[in-house]
Amino acid sequence: MPQPARVRERPAGGAIMAPVLLLAFDTATPAVTVALHDGVRVLAEYTEVDARRHGELLAPGIRAVLSQAGRDRLDLTDVAVGVGPGPFTGLRVGLVTARVLGDALGIPVHGVCTLDVLAFAVECDGPFAVATDARRREIYWARYTGPQQRDGDPAVDWPQQVAPRLAGLPVAGEGAVKYPDAFAKAIEPVYPAAADLAELTVRRLASGAALLPPQPLYLRRPDAVEPGARKPVSQPALR
Amino acid sequence: MTLGSGSVDLPIVLGFETSCDETGVGIVRGNELLADAVATSVDEHARFGGVVPEVASRAHLEAMVPTVHRALETAGLKLADVDAIAVTAGPGLAGALLVGVAAAKGYALALDKPLYGVNHLAAHVCVDQLEHGPLPEPCMALLVSGGHSSLLLVPDVTSDIRPLGSTVDDAAGEAFDKVARVLGLGFPGGPLIDRAAREGDGAAIAFPRGLTGPRDAPFDFSFSGLKTAVARWVEARERSGQPVPVADVAASFQEAVVDVLTRKAVRACKENGVDHLLIGGGVAANSRLRALAEQRAADQGIRVRVPRPKLCTDNGAMVAALGAQLVARGARPSALDLPADSSMLITDVLV
Ligand SMILES: [Zn+2]
Repeated sequence: MPQPARVRERPAGGAIMAPVLLLAFDTATPAVTVALHDGVRVLAEYTEVDARRHGELLAPGIRAVLSQAGRDRLDLTDVAVGVGPGPFTGLRVGLVTARVLGDALGIPVHGVCTLDVLAFAVECDGPFAVATDARRREIYWARYTGPQQRDGDPAVDWPQQVAPRLAGLPVAGEGAVKYPDAFAKAIEPVYPAAADLAELTVRRLASGAALLPPQPLYLRRPDAVEPGARKPVSQPALR
Repeated sequence: MTLGSGSVDLPIVLGFETSCDETGVGIVRGNELLADAVATSVDEHARFGGVVPEVASRAHLEAMVPTVHRALETAGLKLADVDAIAVTAGPGLAGALLVGVAAAKGYALALDKPLYGVNHLAAHVCVDQLEHGPLPEPCMALLVSGGHSSLLLVPDVTSDIRPLGSTVDDAAGEAFDKVARVLGLGFPGGPLIDRAAREGDGAAIAFPRGLTGPRDAPFDFSFSGLKTAVARWVEARERSGQPVPVADVAASFQEAVVDVLTRKAVRACKENGVDHLLIGGGVAANSRLRALAEQRAADQGIRVRVPRPKLCTDNGAMVAALGAQLVARGARPSALDLPADSSMLITDVLV
């Protein structure tokens, strides 16, 4: 595989970094969200909420933010992608797109936990939680002690199992909206925004904090049942 | 290998196929095959006795970029050499298709090249051009695999495909898998039945031929009843404490399948005045199907074309081949919001 073509240099004696043009997107929730960030600010944003059309919306969204900002795809220096957890089919659209863009443009691809993107936008003093819809009456969730401090690994559980462990903490994300009986204190945001993903990535890159590889956080095994003993098709009693 | 005359001017097309459990990436230049890289998750499905969609989709994501680079290496090309991208848009497993479609869009965006979302079945027909040259127009196509069993009249593979018939229940390949399981042969069933059948007598047991009565649809297929008949026969044998003659059962089952397939395909050729029969799809690798088709077609003055087995099973080269034909005929590229369509109709060659 080709190596990243452009290496960002840290000039000696200064905090100024080489020019950044970061393309960020997340498809781990019903929101298909894309943003372009130049290392200082967000240049353009695109977000559509449609749980069934990730595959259709993402590529046009990427083209839209580039043209809105008047930048060429060849100017991109980095890709950031939400690695979930989230419903698998949509999640993979983002991950395969990120890997392919990184490959074809020869630039690095950084992964960020989607729950961290939501947490980054939470305005709240003290601890809170983030919960997104995992379908099948379950949620993907994690606890946070602050907007950038996750407390433990993301998990998938029933809301009723999670609620007692959160003891009334405010909860951001669609999971809080969908299960008000379990989570009385729903807070913003409901969906992740790529602008936050971009800002968070830029900060992590600048501070040298670790980013994730573009690997999906599935948190569930595939549904598959090994066949048992062969079922007879004959019904001797009915003959 | 010799250089084709002027072939260097023909567009280089990168093709993606992820409709089932094979991650296929192929590269063609016109009708010339440059690379056909396939990663398969078949072993991960074997213990489930069939393809598990989520397992296949996960495998596609992991295999995608490495398979592209395997294809490029084989072709001795760089991504920058690619002139157009083609991808299977359907039919197939929805989640699996989407990985390929999203990947193809990503490459089309990054390389700024046109994207063609194409029909998987049309690609199965078109792939034969890579081996036997331009398709006669019209030709008849019999496509048989684990996912499809179709008889198609093909006046023009890029724009005019007319379905004459298809399976009303199981695909032929599915019946092979199920019978292989009844006989304890393993998965996938096609090659295992083919091998077992070589030691057996295809006329040993008279299994039923579905939809071959005078009032039945002449070009539709049904394999569900046959599969059940085989299972009943084997169970009756087991109950009576007699050994199951695996080779004879395999051969007689296989004979019933290929008898119906070839009989209907040859009849379709005759009724439509078509003198070329193309057989594609994974089951086209079955040795008895090829032999019987050639024998029956020859009796009617019909020529049979079967691509080599690696081009019959799902692969990216077939998608690239169809993409190259579309480019050559000046077809309009697909939009970037191209959806994956799990139940795409065969009459739609290009999205
Ligand atoms: Zn196929």
